Amino acid sequence: MNICATNPQSAAGHASQVGSLGSERTRSIEELDSVVIRFVGDSGDGMQLTGNEFSKTIARAGHDFATHPDYPSEIRAPTGTLFGVSGYQIQFSSAPVFTSGDAPDVLVAMNPAALKTNLADVKHGGMIIANSGAFGETNLQKAGYKSNPLDDGSLEGYRVLKIDISDLTARALQASGMGKKDVARCKNYYALGLMLCLYSRPLEDEEGNIRAKFAKKPEIAEANVTALRAGYAYAESTEVIATTYQVRAADIAPGKYRSITGNHAAALGFVAAAELAQVPLFLGSYPITPATDILHELAALKNYNVTTYQAEDEIAGICSAIGASYGGVLGMTTTSGPGMALKTEALGLAVMLEIPLVIVNVQRGGPSTGLPTKVEQSDLLQAVYGRNGECPLPVIASNSPADCFDCAIEAVRIAVKYMPPVIFLSDGGIGNAAEPWRIPAVADLPRLDVKFRTDPEGFKPYARDANLARAWGRPGTPGMEHRVGGLEKDFLTGNISHDPLNHQRMTETRAAKVAGIARDIPPLQVDGPASGDLLVVGWGSTYGSIVQARAQAEKAGKSVAHVHLRHLNPMPADLGDLLSRYKTVLVPELNLGQLSRLLRERYLREVVPLTKVQGKPFKVSEIVDRIMELC
Amino acid sequence: MNQMTDIKPLIQDGSMNPTAPIKLLKMKDFESNQDVRWCPGCGDYAVLAQIQKLLPTLGIPRENFAFISGIGCSSRFPYYMETYGMHSIHGRAPAIASGLKIARPELSVWVVTGDGDSLAIGGNHFIHAIRRNIGLKVILLNNRIYGLTKGQCSPTSEFGKKTKTTPLGSIDSPFSPVSLALGAGATFVARTIDNDYPHMQQTLRRAAEHKGTAVVEVLQNCVVFNDGAYETLTDKSTRAETRLLLEHGKPLLYGTEGKRGIRMRSLAPELVTVGENGVTEADLVVHDEHAANGGLAFFLSQFAAPLPVPLGVFRAVEAPAYETLNSQLAANTRQQRGQGTLEKLFNSGDTWTINP
Repeated sequence: MNICATNPQSAAGHASQVGSLGSERTRSIEELDSVVIRFVGDSGDGMQLTGNEFSKTIARAGHDFATHPDYPSEIRAPTGTLFGVSGYQIQFSSAPVFTSGDAPDVLVAMNPAALKTNLADVKHGGMIIANSGAFGETNLQKAGYKSNPLDDGSLEGYRVLKIDISDLTARALQASGMGKKDVARCKNYYALGLMLCLYSRPLEDEEGNIRAKFAKKPEIAEANVTALRAGYAYAESTEVIATTYQVRAADIAPGKYRSITGNHAAALGFVAAAELAQVPLFLGSYPITPATDILHELAALKNYNVTTYQAEDEIAGICSAIGASYGGVLGMTTTSGPGMALKTEALGLAVMLEIPLVIVNVQRGGPSTGLPTKVEQSDLLQAVYGRNGECPLPVIASNSPADCFDCAIEAVRIAVKYMPPVIFLSDGGIGNAAEPWRIPAVADLPRLDVKFRTDPEGFKPYARDANLARAWGRPGTPGMEHRVGGLEKDFLTGNISHDPLNHQRMTETRAAKVAGIARDIPPLQVDGPASGDLLVVGWGSTYGSIVQARAQAEKAGKSVAHVHLRHLNPMPADLGDLLSRYKTVLVPELNLGQLSRLLRERYLREVVPLTKVQGKPFKVSEIVDRIMELC
Repeated sequence: MNQMTDIKPLIQDGSMNPTAPIKLLKMKDFESNQDVRWCPGCGDYAVLAQIQKLLPTLGIPRENFAFISGIGCSSRFPYYMETYGMHSIHGRAPAIASGLKIARPELSVWVVTGDGDSLAIGGNHFIHAIRRNIGLKVILLNNRIYGLTKGQCSPTSEFGKKTKTTPLGSIDSPFSPVSLALGAGATFVARTIDNDYPHMQQTLRRAAEHKGTAVVEVLQNCVVFNDGAYETLTDKSTRAETRLLLEHGKPLLYGTEGKRGIRMRSLAPELVTVGENGVTEADLVVHDEHAANGGLAFFLSQFAAPLPVPLGVFRAVEAPAYETLNSQLAANTRQQRGQGTLEKLFNSGDTWTINP
């Protein structure tokens, strides 16, 4: 059966270009439940694009999927070097997918450095598709290979497909008249074509994508389409590929979907929240990896009630947002760890001013510049405690790319209801990774109630409602002229006060206001038994790994439950009771145990940390192993 | 307040609040009920009084004024104004005020700052607000010292100045705030002095009327930590010889007799006396605050003894304000693409449907 022949005409037509390829052949199709593919190459090889495009076609086929881009912080490191390797991993499945997968079933390696840095992760017996054309003397040397691993038998445990993608792409584009450099740039599309055939996906949609993407450069578009078709045709006709694969569509909830990254979802969530609150949105931000995409997304939405302001520095990012919020607009800022450090003083000001504000920290490896493009969850304690003075504020965290949408709305809900700055923690793993997002009906989204005070009668700037929130009174409101600032203020008038008891009262009130938000957090959802041997407590991007680990452990007969915290400050009111219902509490996190510390401190409860700071997400197996040891 | 009569608003208020009829306001309406806590004799009092005197004349409803400050003696300013105000954190007032002005272009947003606040810790925000030409009125009270922390040298303290942190004399060269603002592309820069009320009033008014960032350096005396810093400029017996009052279209003339002038020699200023050595008024540099090229303004901003200290408007040129451009971009985009809806936004991009 020929399963590649979704477009036999075009495929066959281009097969002739790549030379000695057979015509119709039969070959077997293997049905798979789930596949993990990793594309790796030089950072200029276009692997992120290839991965992204591949995930789009996977999405259209109705699979559930999760991706993990892994790229160096250099924009285009010297070619062929180990540190210049950029990768994109996708897991897709007929069952729900929670992570991009532990070990790739297939590694597409565009050069020796990519093979060298990624081989250890590949599943034993997995497939390696190597661009043999890039395995020349120089590249082998740069990668530290003494002999060519494609020929020396060192890859014996794997199924190796040596394909000279460089040469085949060049041959396919011989007639194009393009220069060598431009031709070389098309090889990622050749690889993509190859993979589309291998996984039984049609070409047409991708051709449309290419033409749309390169609409302004039609000759480049055509070259890429040619390369794509050539790759497809090669896979279809080569004798080397005896089997192609098919993954059944996943049984996912009906509805309209799109593929979304965490940063994109957050941007959409903030626009939605502003609309739901009927308040314009203002983003003051300074570019920083891996948070900048939120600024990019919102900057493109000038026909919405959105203003973006690329500030001169991180401090001006948050300060301009404070100015906007003071003016009655929903102010927010986006950043990552080092930028968060710079915003600290202004955060304290926002706490004193008691105006709504949202600060997004898309965390990365730290400290200092750390690992800008890698995932880590080590800014939790900074978010909860990292300011001068007694300076509590609400902290929430998203657990997946799509969850960033909901968290953005939740951050705004808390900010406008209680008038504090709210920190929303995402991370590089979530921010750049994509998953299917079920597009919500606008009518199903919560309304956010914002009232501006306009009545000057009896107005006291720091008088509070039942939630201890003060009123939002905007400049421009007649008769309510008043002053605010960073100095301690009188409990009612907001005038400067150095009165000792007033300071105590204000400090305690600000703390009580934030603590009181616990009453406004929905009950925790526990996955697994309501009491028993082991509870796994997680937060943020470890969600997918923990869900899968718990399911595997349960299958193996273990009594294990999982709860994932969205609200980290204050913590949910029912968490203390929940912790007490299990013999052991395991806390996996991508830091050295920051949530563990918070849980011990708040609930006087011993917990078992499981920590990892390698710039990589947890493998499911790492969590499963720990669960097995504990129960 | 009860004697006020209603007059028509002079400025169209596009704010989110219903526009109240503008009352005829008086200076007193801008005085808050807070005790002013500057040292007796501080130059800041004069600036406060002149601003309180100016605002009621601008035809702007009182509720549409916002004063934003940072930290330092001058930054206490908002507390004393019966307007909206924020006493924020050190150096950040221009950044906060920028966000406010962009979010609410109809407001009249003022930044009151000092030499330490705006030129040291807040230097970055100061220059970037200026280069963007955001419609802020920046009043920089320059006393050439840190007052609130009790007497350390500031970015405008003179070279060699002895202070608590520079007991052997400062080895830092000072900024000229006017030069710095011009270097950042200021569309309006002026300098005035604390004890010349009419000059200050007239200068502040020009700033208030300017669209875009208006920077006014006020030479201001600190009676406690840097008393007499501008004595030769304020003392009646010397000031005619030390001050050069800039007037647009007029030659650079000053002095007791009004005969001393500035001539340009190979791009450098030359002190001359009209009537001596064949020098006539026609030989003198003529001030042009509207010159597209900022060269003349910068030339003036670099004057140092024995040259006189220029006071007045160095530069006033028209350029679109940031907030205006920002609103236009949004309006144009709306016109081209239509007002965005969540429905459209969510469903944009590559979507697919899973059927039941």
